[in-house]
Amino acid sequence: MRFSRENIARNVFFLCTIAGAVVISSILLFMIALGLPLFKESSFFSVWTGPWDPYQGLYGILPMIIGTLWIALPATVLALPLSLGTAFVITILGGSRLRKILGVLVRFMTGIPTVVYGFVGIFLLVPLIREGFGGAGMCVLAASIVLAILISPTMILFFSDSLLAVNPVDVQAAKALGADRVQRLLYVILPKAFGGMTSGFILAMGRALGDTLIALMLAGNAIRAPRGVLEPARTLTAHIALVKAADFNSLEFRSIFACGIALYLFTTTAVVAVRFMDYKRSVVQ
Amino acid sequence: MRKTSVRVLVIFFAFCFSASPCFGEALDAFEGQKGTIKIAGGTAHIPVMKEAAKRIMTRYKGIVITVGGGGSGVGIKQVGEGLVDIGNSGRAPRPEEIEPYDLKMFKWAIDGVAVVVHPANPVKSLTKDRLKEIFSEKIDNWKALGGADHAITVYTRDEASGTREVFWEKALDKDLISKKALFIPSNGAMKTAVANDPYAIGYVSVGHMDPSVAPVTLDGVTPTIETVANGQYKVSRGLYSNTRGEPKGLTKLFIDYLFTAEGQQIVVDNGFISVK
Repeated sequence: MRFSRENIARNVFFLCTIAGAVVISSILLFMIALGLPLFKESSFFSVWTGPWDPYQGLYGILPMIIGTLWIALPATVLALPLSLGTAFVITILGGSRLRKILGVLVRFMTGIPTVVYGFVGIFLLVPLIREGFGGAGMCVLAASIVLAILISPTMILFFSDSLLAVNPVDVQAAKALGADRVQRLLYVILPKAFGGMTSGFILAMGRALGDTLIALMLAGNAIRAPRGVLEPARTLTAHIALVKAADFNSLEFRSIFACGIALYLFTTTAVVAVRFMDYKRSVVQ
Repeated sequence: MRKTSVRVLVIFFAFCFSASPCFGEALDAFEGQKGTIKIAGGTAHIPVMKEAAKRIMTRYKGIVITVGGGGSGVGIKQVGEGLVDIGNSGRAPRPEEIEPYDLKMFKWAIDGVAVVVHPANPVKSLTKDRLKEIFSEKIDNWKALGGADHAITVYTRDEASGTREVFWEKALDKDLISKKALFIPSNGAMKTAVANDPYAIGYVSVGHMDPSVAPVTLDGVTPTIETVANGQYKVSRGLYSNTRGEPKGLTKLFIDYLFTAEGQQIVVDNGFISVK
């Protein structure tokens, strides 16, 4: 076999892929290895299912897992209708001028730093919730609402891209049969774009699960698992941010790695779900 | 992120005040020096660090000083790992923190930790026992203490906080802190949180107090600079700057500067108590 340029290129890229894969899997191994003292000290099981109370020697991260879900799931549920509506208007329903303005606005929103959302949340939303619904104000609800706004642009862009990617021939055919804009959207475009939109939804959910700052600033970070949307909660990411300063060798610090593993698993599940759906779609077509 | 914003602020102020004439002789030691000093850690220290940095950088353009936060735990860890030149802490580092890194500590101010509530809250005096009951959630409504009929929101600080440690040891006698308590990651953020929440109770460094929050008299002693200085108010601590091994070069000059008359004046101006 001759040494062609293509061969070299192929090998270089192959090495890059291998390197990427090794880095990512070694991160997981690293976290497990560094978390080992914690799993040995308090049993492996109690780390995932127990409460957090370092002064009592309890290093469970269950409250943070629950807190993460309590904040991320409502955020995605809130963001979904918002993003669906916006994406429909941007791609099909809106007039050309409205589409343009909304498009620019959504792209602009993706560029706003998270901390700005956090500040707006602290000074506007938190007092509003405290006066309107009671409680401390810093709670699951505040974090979820702001997080929903934060992840909407991701969802909207994904939704619009998949809606626009539908073959125009199909749309034209429906048009020729007399279908109006809403009918074309609901019966032709939406079913075709469904797969891509699901990926967008799951990726946005991944972003909600992984976001640190909003929860850190708005959710109150209490160490008890929330029992309602008006209660404070601590997410896995916020927990890492708050505990990272403990002694390197303390078990408190080791709990960071358990949190890391949990987040890793959350993200992996989301990615695998996306891949699986892509696969199923390609089989069907 | 917090670190960068503080850094930007420091540089911004350095430019704003670059014409200010208030140079003391204490700064002469920096003559001809060039380089950077990286500072991180305790959030109570930040106002003093920023002022000192501002004065030095205004006069000597070759010196860059960055001031970050993070909390006492972060300060000790980062200086130990060599990530920063000076790690601040609002508590004395523990022996197991000093030993592996050969930390040298410099206590340049004394500070109190004051219990604070919203200024509109009528409850401005508590006994230590009541305080413990509030923080452990045995009392959960202001009505029981003569305030409004509203649930008490307890604010506490993160695990890295020296302020939290001092408060927990000396004000709560290591009693429980409610699991419903909200966690705030810095002294500044604590002040903002309490100032914005009429039903809040929290604690901040005495040097950080301003009219936006109201101090609570504890067992008959109001936390002020005077009562902390004369020892009547017991919930107090030193403010430390730590270095890895004996400080050298610019780092040494900076720490020496904190102990000069001018440095100690900055300490006093920011509401802390001079160690001289």
